[in-house]
Amino acid sequence: MSVILEARNIVRDYHVPGSFLKKAKTVHAVKGVSFQVEKGKTLAIVGESGCGKSTLGRILTLIDPATSGELLIEGKTVDIAKGDLTPEMRRKVQIVFQNPYGSLNPRQKIGDILTEPLVINTKTPADERRDRAMTLLKKVGLEEKHYNRYPHMFSGGQRQRIAIARALMLNPKLLVLDEPVSALDLSVQAQVLNLLADLQDEFQLTYVFISHDLSVVRYIADEVMVMYFGEAVEYGSRDEVFADPKHSYTKTLFAATPRADVESIRARLARKKAA
Amino acid sequence: MSQAAATSAVSTDPSRRARLAEFWYYFSENRGAVIGLVFFIFLVLLAIFAPLIAPHDPTQQYRDAVLVPPVWQEGGRADFLLGTDAVGRDMLSRLVYGTQFSLFVGVIVTALSLVVGVVFGVIAGYFRGWVDTAIMRVMDIILAFPSLLLALVLVAILGPGLVNAMIAISLVYQPHFVRLARAAVMSEKTRDYVVAAKVAGAGHTRLMFKTILPNCMAPLIVQATLSFSSAILDAAALGFLGMGAQPPTPEWGTMLAEAREFIQSKWWVVTLPGVAILITVLAINLMGDGLRDALDPKLKRS
Repeated sequence: MSVILEARNIVRDYHVPGSFLKKAKTVHAVKGVSFQVEKGKTLAIVGESGCGKSTLGRILTLIDPATSGELLIEGKTVDIAKGDLTPEMRRKVQIVFQNPYGSLNPRQKIGDILTEPLVINTKTPADERRDRAMTLLKKVGLEEKHYNRYPHMFSGGQRQRIAIARALMLNPKLLVLDEPVSALDLSVQAQVLNLLADLQDEFQLTYVFISHDLSVVRYIADEVMVMYFGEAVEYGSRDEVFADPKHSYTKTLFAATPRADVESIRARLARKKAA
Repeated sequence: MSQAAATSAVSTDPSRRARLAEFWYYFSENRGAVIGLVFFIFLVLLAIFAPLIAPHDPTQQYRDAVLVPPVWQEGGRADFLLGTDAVGRDMLSRLVYGTQFSLFVGVIVTALSLVVGVVFGVIAGYFRGWVDTAIMRVMDIILAFPSLLLALVLVAILGPGLVNAMIAISLVYQPHFVRLARAAVMSEKTRDYVVAAKVAGAGHTRLMFKTILPNCMAPLIVQATLSFSSAILDAAALGFLGMGAQPPTPEWGTMLAEAREFIQSKWWVVTLPGVAILITVLAINLMGDGLRDALDPKLKRS
């Protein structure tokens, strides 16, 4: 299997400038994270709020530069701080955001939202763009009649589908999913996750799935990386990590997951009765 | 292609109509705004059809009818409904033609300051850093002057006349648009859809004017209506001070200036242009308030 994405010792620091009473300080958001993802696989990045997983996601999507470290996409080094970001590189990585209410331009019609990446990056003629947008719209479970509507006419789940369709317009190799289902309710979560799994099979997509929801991660991930204060404290295949967490934080994290299966509910009720 | 255009025209229509309906719903809540709108439409029609409506040429001097009072007063004449001024020109015709100048001033000044102000404001809010500092300090300096005084100085430099007065006034109003646009852009810039457009590969110009700007228009439209009326007022003030439109142009401010000496004896020569300015500005302000109610997201969030 070929490696689509490789990160070597990615570091990201934020400098907080000092003011009259405060000294300037540096926040280390990501402290030397390394991993690689193979084609068609899903790497889940798990961690609590503020542990640097979204920062890492933005670096992987080539939105923000890393302070140091190397990022390789299909074996080629990309460093946007040096300005060697070509349109081809841009097309290979796309992102789906957490909040479907903020990620679609409210003044653009769905059709324009979907075709915009093509307008910017390619010379595809208008009717071809339209056809491609229609195809993807149907692929993500929406209908042709939605093409000319505005985002505010859709529910959260539908908007997330549109965001996924937009991300796929350029035929990316790698999709960074920044908590794509955490703003949706449970049944819609399941639908969107199934959709993502189907699309992965169909287009041989590689996912980097950022989440804090372990049940979702267990469902979709092949490999899991646990982040804690900017460091990757655990990294391995899903079964390894879930079966035998090594780091104490991972253990705490697993222990904190609410459990809703029948046995655990029975056990809890039994404990309650006994007390 | 034509088929695609046809389908898009058919299916966008309901949404646009729905948005318009929603806009009208909020706008019509405010009765003053509707009255203002009606009066404004009346003014526009008056300006367009001035040659048909005005009974006389606005610059024609009737030497036999100097300072004739309005028709309902003693000594009034039926062919001069609102009387005549000191050189025998028909007041009604001059007021009707004056609408043209006032609306012209309002439109040009607003358009000029809106376009230039928005460009500067968007650039300042988007790039931040030294560009922002430079633009905003210049705007602060403009704002530090009393607006009419600055306009007066500019007209004194450029030379009196309606066009120069309009340029001066639009320069004076520009900072308001710059500030509003900058603030709106700064708050929109960090939204996810902007990042998404960036990931899609959009360049700076596209991000600024195609992605962000349409989402910042509501406060700007409101500000535009409100400065429309202020522009009319300032143009009249400059006209009154002899720096705006020059006689015999039937501009309301200039008419006021010419009539100064009759303020005690012949009330209609002074009062009528003043009333015209007053109700025009009032109507547009009312309309602007209604627009704010209908467009400002802070007052309404669907």
